[in-house]
Amino acid sequence: MDSKTPVENLYSIEPALSSSSRRSNFSAHSKSVGRSSIREVSFSDLGPKPVKYGSRGAESETYNMSQKEINDEDARLVQINDPVKTNERFEFAGNSIRTGKYSVLTFLPRNLFEQFHRVAYIYFLVIAVLNQLPQLAVFGRFASILPLAIVLLVTAVKDAYEDYRRHRADKIENNRLASVLVNHEFQQKKWKDIQVGEIIKIHANETIPCDIVLLSTCDPTGVAYVQTINLDGESNLKTRYAKQETLLKIPEKENVSGLIKCEKPNRNIYGFQANMEVDGKRVSLGPSNIILRGCELKNTTWAIGVAVYAGRETKAMLNNSGAPSKRSRLETHMNLEIIFLSLFLTALCTVVSVCAAVWLRRHRDELDYLPFYRRKDFYEEEEDNYNYYGWGLEIVFTFLMSVIVFQIMIPISLYISMELVRVGQAYFMIRDTQMYDEPSDSRFQCRALNINEDLGQIKYVFSDKTGTLTENKMEFQCASVWGVDYNSGKGSSQDQKDGYFVEVDGKILRPKMVVKTDPELLQFARSGKDTKEGSHVHDFFLALAACNTIVPLIVDTPDPTLKLIDYQGESPDEQALVYAAAAYGYMLIERTSGHIVIDIQGERQRFNVLGLHEFDSDRKRMSVILGLPNKSVKVFVKGADTTMFGVTDRSLNTSIIRATEAHLHSYSSIGLRTLVIGMRELSTSEFEEWHSAFEVASNALMGRARLLRKVATNIESNLRILGASGIEDKLQEGVPEAIESLRTAGIKVWVLTGDKQETAISIGYSSKLLTSKMTQIIVNRNSKESCRKSLEDAIIMSKKLTTMSGNTNDTGRTLGASLTPVALIIDGTSLVYILDCELEEMLFELACNCSVVLCCRVAPLQKAGIVALVKKRTSDMTLAIGDGANDVSMIQMADVGVGISGQEGRQAVMASDFAMGQFRFLVTLLLVHGHWNYQRMGYMILYNFYKNAVFVLVLFWYVLFTCFTLSTAINEWSSVLYSVIYTSVPTIVVGILDKDLNRRTLLKYPQLYGAGHREECYNKRLFWITMIDTVWQSAVIFFIPLLAYGGSTIDASSIGDLWTLAVVILVNLHLAMDVICWNWITHAAIWGSIVATVICVIIIDAIPSLVGYWAIFQIARTGLFWLCLLSIIVAALIPRFVVKVLYQFYTPCDVQIAREAEKFQPRSESAAVEVEMNPILNQPRP
Amino acid sequence: MSETNSDRQRRGDRESAFYLFTQQRLPACKPVLTPPWVITIYFLVGFIFVPVGLFTLRASHSVVEIEERYDIECVPSQFRNDKVSYIQDDSVPKNCSLLFKVDKYMKAPIYIYYQLENYYQNHRRYVRSRSDQQLLHGRNFHGTSYCQPLESSNNRPIVPCGLIAWSLFNDTFTFIRGKALLKVNRTNIAWKSDRDHKFGKNVYPFNFQNGTWIGGGKLNPRIPLSNQEDLIVWMRISALPSFRKLYGRIEEDLDVGDYVVVQLMNDYNTYSFGGKKKLVLSTSNWLGGKNDFLGLAYVFVGSSSLTVAIVFMLLHLRSQR
Repeated sequence: MDSKTPVENLYSIEPALSSSSRRSNFSAHSKSVGRSSIREVSFSDLGPKPVKYGSRGAESETYNMSQKEINDEDARLVQINDPVKTNERFEFAGNSIRTGKYSVLTFLPRNLFEQFHRVAYIYFLVIAVLNQLPQLAVFGRFASILPLAIVLLVTAVKDAYEDYRRHRADKIENNRLASVLVNHEFQQKKWKDIQVGEIIKIHANETIPCDIVLLSTCDPTGVAYVQTINLDGESNLKTRYAKQETLLKIPEKENVSGLIKCEKPNRNIYGFQANMEVDGKRVSLGPSNIILRGCELKNTTWAIGVAVYAGRETKAMLNNSGAPSKRSRLETHMNLEIIFLSLFLTALCTVVSVCAAVWLRRHRDELDYLPFYRRKDFYEEEEDNYNYYGWGLEIVFTFLMSVIVFQIMIPISLYISMELVRVGQAYFMIRDTQMYDEPSDSRFQCRALNINEDLGQIKYVFSDKTGTLTENKMEFQCASVWGVDYNSGKGSSQDQKDGYFVEVDGKILRPKMVVKTDPELLQFARSGKDTKEGSHVHDFFLALAACNTIVPLIVDTPDPTLKLIDYQGESPDEQALVYAAAAYGYMLIERTSGHIVIDIQGERQRFNVLGLHEFDSDRKRMSVILGLPNKSVKVFVKGADTTMFGVTDRSLNTSIIRATEAHLHSYSSIGLRTLVIGMRELSTSEFEEWHSAFEVASNALMGRARLLRKVATNIESNLRILGASGIEDKLQEGVPEAIESLRTAGIKVWVLTGDKQETAISIGYSSKLLTSKMTQIIVNRNSKESCRKSLEDAIIMSKKLTTMSGNTNDTGRTLGASLTPVALIIDGTSLVYILDCELEEMLFELACNCSVVLCCRVAPLQKAGIVALVKKRTSDMTLAIGDGANDVSMIQMADVGVGISGQEGRQAVMASDFAMGQFRFLVTLLLVHGHWNYQRMGYMILYNFYKNAVFVLVLFWYVLFTCFTLSTAINEWSSVLYSVIYTSVPTIVVGILDKDLNRRTLLKYPQLYGAGHREECYNKRLFWITMIDTVWQSAVIFFIPLLAYGGSTIDASSIGDLWTLAVVILVNLHLAMDVICWNWITHAAIWGSIVATVICVIIIDAIPSLVGYWAIFQIARTGLFWLCLLSIIVAALIPRFVVKVLYQFYTPCDVQIAREAEKFQPRSESAAVEVEMNPILNQPRP
Repeated sequence: MSETNSDRQRRGDRESAFYLFTQQRLPACKPVLTPPWVITIYFLVGFIFVPVGLFTLRASHSVVEIEERYDIECVPSQFRNDKVSYIQDDSVPKNCSLLFKVDKYMKAPIYIYYQLENYYQNHRRYVRSRSDQQLLHGRNFHGTSYCQPLESSNNRPIVPCGLIAWSLFNDTFTFIRGKALLKVNRTNIAWKSDRDHKFGKNVYPFNFQNGTWIGGGKLNPRIPLSNQEDLIVWMRISALPSFRKLYGRIEEDLDVGDYVVVQLMNDYNTYSFGGKKKLVLSTSNWLGGKNDFLGLAYVFVGSSSLTVAIVFMLLHLRSQR
């Protein structure tokens, strides 16, 4: 069990990535086909030699930037191994960190300053300050600041506790040890003492103390592997390189010196640009040469680097900021109503001051003599006006005083209650076992605390496919080699229970994952390359094992004779391919920068890696140039079919190409991800030509990425197609059912994927997004004009389809269901021409007519563009769900962003408002929690408006009977405690715990979600009805005692107590009347509040120095008091009760019907009963 | 933790109340408004409210009340146009008499109230102009700034300070039936709690009504505040601008046809602001004074509930959902 409390979960500071850094590099992370690797390699000849490493080729922009001269003003100059000179001007931060916001001294001022950033508190403060003016003192000093003080105190305690925990964590962090070069030897030094410019040595499994530029590592080629799990949550290893210029230097023996000129600290964790001058040579540094604070060194015995950014200037610390804040739809609506209320407040105050003005004017001659006014102070020598500032000012004071008295008309406490309620709702969402993902042990996470209720009004869901609808656990399913389809579905051979393994020195080496193998193919693979098929199969698997950026890790197991190989890599597709190759006997054992070792059917072979062109999104393929043991040189290429067939040599065996294409088509139509493998043997001249071009390109200073791409394109031509692979990306559990539920609930599900059209459509079918009944409209064009044309046609067609079926069924109730559903399938190329121009409008119109939209081949930014397309044109709520870095832009764009904490790192989770383990939890999240949250919050807002307004109006009525002088019969303490103690708890409890329907019903009838779409729980009509009810109830509360006690000896304190109790009991009973689900907590809160109020009133009336001493006892002794109380409650609630009953009987809403069904149908029967629901609103709201 | 262990724990969790709480599945009652329920509720309200209302009305009617306005009658005719100068002129005698005819048998105790109208005892300036601490602790208590402008006179503190005490009602009444003086009990007219805990037993009036402008009654400086019951009654400020305050009790029954002559001293100035003064004799019961409103309200609410109940019942019978 996770011992963290929810609060801890909610507030814990995670190394969240800032929006700026998240935006950085989507292109590099496109995951449709293998992930990009980090390096480019060049060799001067066939043997392994020290090699040069550039920065990532794919990031042309970053690369070009790094070539630009960094201005001295914008640069940080770091003298290697000379911290004193580096920091001559003491401008660089030390390595000690402080995540705590406050110190003991600064806590009070800073915390107060931060709290008063909220408008609500300012309002509180202004009112309290006004009240301190002697002319305006309505409440006593203490009473007036009490509510504000309570709120400030609670928040301050919470902040202080959090800060204490941060301080404690900082202390631990600052006192960790690292070895730092001091006087030519490495000494242990505390982290907080590390300075920029110092040389640091890090051993395996140690955490990096600050951002360092690598100088050398244990690996002769300068490779270091790091795990960035603390930084971005990705658990796979990343490779970082030391520059060859510094590789051979041994800091203990020789004096290492040099100058690193790097950019100013920034939060981009994927970017770094700098150059280094060592021994008079200048080398450029890129993101692959820096290791960031918080990473762990893995698989590398040691690494030496120089600190460039320390402490708070490290990229990890700069990224230490929380999730972005959004404001919920309900709150936006609510703010409008708050404006109404403030107008109403102004109106009340104006009425009071105008009446007071008239009264003062009419009695202006009597003011001196009125015994209850006595303007003049006769006791002084000179007759002075006492506390009277003239007619005009008196009116101004009256106005201000009435603002003070009626202040809670603006329900400031509502903001605080809402926050508490959201925390409570978040707690239940987090604890929900139905949203707990057991395999990954991940709970639901609430990262944004202020949009819970938006979950109940979602109209559009934009979903990523890979990793979101599917598991992103790639599994090699079938291969087509040399035009022959080997489908492992045929059955499996006997000996593959444990999969393939090799024996080395009596130890068994086995891949970590077992892959199903096709016996026929296995046979060929084992037969060696003597036969024709065998040699093709050999090449095919060699390509799979070699053409990738996977790093094999040898892991010990409890059994000493058994070791497992774990393939670490950034792309799950590549992992799947390498595991597959291993299963067929081509086991990748070792990968260094210069060579790879592959165990081929038990025989270890060493291949020199002569060059590697990594994947980029333009070429959509990667290639590796291998020097084979037989001295031949081959280039292996794998990539997406669209680009691979363009570079194959079509003249060679066309039949094989055709067969492969057919296989690819069949693979993708059953939902497999396909890759095509090609190969070409290079002649010596070709290789030399490539090699020199590659050298030139990788040494170029300007436009290196472009040059490298050109070199790659040149060599990747005239390929021989070896075959294709089909990798299954399994659908997550429950996805079809989830999509169906969401669709029934009236939510439009759009799938945005980088996959190709056929794969997307097949996944669409298997996830029940598409059904055979649907008419598909496919838009994939290559120019703006043709896009326009096809959009026009599509709109006409979709209209025809929808109206045609609409006419035939015009009378039927089942209109919504009978429409011929239209599915729009559109690809990324078309979107390029459509988005950001006038065609957007047409696309939107078309998409609105379609019940399903499937976008394939879309780039990350296009995903955001599509979300924006909908968001801009409707007021409907949008939700984006995704798991990878490429979904971040869409998650941030949508009203609600949901991240799947899955295989692909945590960027999506970091950017999201909510995070969960599985797509199917979305149904529970929206239909159950969203519905509940929306209903609760909507009711709570209305109720808070009501309960404060009732109280204010009772005060207001009384003011009309006191010469408009803002006297209150209700004790000032009761006025202050009203929103703090008397009525606050029940509304919060109900806001957290009330359930209008139980989970089973909500899941069974997804249509009930429509309540949120129709804004049934909070709308203008409800607001005004509530306000009218409020006026009635306040009038009943005030006038029944007034008339019953009219002309009697009743004193102000006693009748004040009656009013206090009447208001509190009434608002609590009003709540009780609307509570749907009574559990013991609700009971305790509501009845407890009434009891607490009575106790408070008794305590207040037991203080002899207050005016109302013993009043409650005096009045409660009389029968009249109790009769008044009873009649107030009944008379005040009767109209509401009548309306409620009429409404429920004669125009019941779906929720009401379902509730009655839930109550009166026995469980066994309820399955059979179909409850008819309102048709789903299909048209978007403008 | 081993697999089986955590499984067992989870199973244990499922039954625990905390688990039910976190899953929002606490046992709960979900009342649904069904027609029978609603109709029953309305009938219930009706059947309770109508009798209670009738009972209250009867109680109200059983209270006998005689009320007489005297502030105009008591001004001699030559001062009728300038009542203020009459009340301010100390040389004019202020005595006056009223004649009350008893129409209904009045059972002792008969409460004597004076009633003031258009008198805003709840005015903000007035309400605040008092010091409860001083009333309890005497003139050694100095935090009496709220009492201004009646905090001190001639540089000596006033006890009791403030406008409320200053404007103490000071008309006096004596009651004669036939030839005999009716005995008026003027003790125990204030709340016992006030006498015991709110007004000091050792606090004596000091420097009271010594200024140039006399507001109302004077106090005997030798009687402690806790025994100045008229002051205590007056200091319980009324809730509304028209109010009664208890003056005393007649502890004899009055028969039908009795004539009661009230001799009164018309000292209190309500003329300068158009206030009314009335004298009230009233019997009392559990309801307090005569007031039909609550009875009528109960009957009205009860009968409308019954109507609604019947309407709902008919609707329900006609169209069952």
